[in-house]
Amino acid sequence: MEMHFDQHISRQFNEDLESLKSEMLEMGGMVTRQVADAVEALANADSELADKVLRVEKEIDRREMDLDEHATLIIAKRQPAASDLRMVMSVIRISRDLERVGDEAAKIAKMAIELTEEGTAPRGYTEIRHIASAVRKMLNDALDAYTRFDVKAALATLAEDEQVDMDYRTALREMITYMMEDPRSISRVMNVLWSLRSLERIGDHAKNICEQVVYLVEGADIRHGHEENLRKL
Amino acid sequence: MTTMTLDAGTTAPAATEQPEQDAVNTNTRVSETVGHPLCDDAKLSMRNVNVFYGETQAIHDVSLDIGRNEVVAMIGPSGCGKSTFLRCINRMNDTIESCRVEGDLTLDGEPIYGPKVDVVPLRARVGMVFQKPNPFPKTIYENVAYGPKIHGIASRRAELDEIVENSLRRAGLWNEVKDRLDKPGTGLSGGQQQRLCIARAIAVSPEVILMDEPCSALDPIATARIEELIDELRENYTIAIVTHSMQQAARVSQRTAYFHLGHLVEVNDTETVFTNPEHELTEAYITGRFG
Repeated sequence: MEMHFDQHISRQFNEDLESLKSEMLEMGGMVTRQVADAVEALANADSELADKVLRVEKEIDRREMDLDEHATLIIAKRQPAASDLRMVMSVIRISRDLERVGDEAAKIAKMAIELTEEGTAPRGYTEIRHIASAVRKMLNDALDAYTRFDVKAALATLAEDEQVDMDYRTALREMITYMMEDPRSISRVMNVLWSLRSLERIGDHAKNICEQVVYLVEGADIRHGHEENLRKL
Repeated sequence: MTTMTLDAGTTAPAATEQPEQDAVNTNTRVSETVGHPLCDDAKLSMRNVNVFYGETQAIHDVSLDIGRNEVVAMIGPSGCGKSTFLRCINRMNDTIESCRVEGDLTLDGEPIYGPKVDVVPLRARVGMVFQKPNPFPKTIYENVAYGPKIHGIASRRAELDEIVENSLRRAGLWNEVKDRLDKPGTGLSGGQQQRLCIARAIAVSPEVILMDEPCSALDPIATARIEELIDELRENYTIAIVTHSMQQAARVSQRTAYFHLGHLVEVNDTETVFTNPEHELTEAYITGRFG
């Protein structure tokens, strides 16, 4: 079934849904930027940029609350059904994921500040850059798939998470080797490790967003590995 | 995704062209209807129903089962034929001169339109509640006692008293009227009158209750009472309800049937219809889009 949210008899309803969607995508844009900035701050030991990430984080929290309120109002006023209901539900769920991505970005920014204060650049940045670029792409593609109601693209992006998880485990082993080689680096490498962990989590959230694209378009709940729900349709 | 053409040129296929339907397989695609129009434990079974008003065809080849202790909601825009279809079930359309009903309609496997069928006992088995409350111009007591009396269900005063109290209680009206049973039913408020009509319908112990927009003239509180009542009545009765309120259909029914221009477009579990309908036309209607 094609997705059209601009064909309601009530024009106000069209506008409500449209602005809900665009507010969510705007928040998605901000959060994607946050991830890029946090990784940049970490790689370049740029504490100023890291501070900026922490400031913007508060704005993202506020956006999540605004989206929740907006969605609640639509439910109360319109009692949305079918694709409209799925749209509202998916926005509520995605905004939660985006807010958590924001939290992870803030964690990375905090690591960046700590690492900057400690001076010497530890090893492990290559791994961070590599995984960061993969999850940023995932996040971008997931939001893009949502914009275009593109289930195929969402499923393709969702599948990328497996590679991210694999890369994360490989990086983890590397970090352990570094720590074993030079125990004095443990606290610094731990910070890198936490950042890697945050990036891996961001990949999971991007995956969740992809699942919501499938839910919105097909009405199938494929969370927690229930992809068979999609085939059932 | 199933699509359907509704232009006048493509009339429904004739009954003889229909593939044999297996009544047990509830997933069978009947006529043009998508979803699950049939069920295993059918109280009412309607097959290939066509209804005409003179030359105009109001219902096109509709097949639908209504299960025992099931509430089926019929929704659709005005003039889609849902009320006409509902009225076929207890032969209310017989009262309209130009109306002609074709097809197989059975209640517990017995034909509803057989030549030997007497509509009076039929209508006692298949009760009806209308859009506008229509109490008799009699006392509240008489409104409820009338049916049991004429159908010979009860004659002694004590029996009638019990039926009247029971029916009024089940309709959630007893406490409001118990002190004025001898006052005219028409003196009650709209919501009370409608509950009186429901009490009147259940007083004759029907097996099926047909409801034609029973809440459209009621306030939200009276509506909530009647919806609550529908849920209770389901334990003992089979209910078909026509409603313009989508939320009401979602709340009270187990399956929802969507009618469009005299065609039965989709029948599915109510849950499915309101979260992920199969047909574009259903989706457009329940989400308030231009169909």
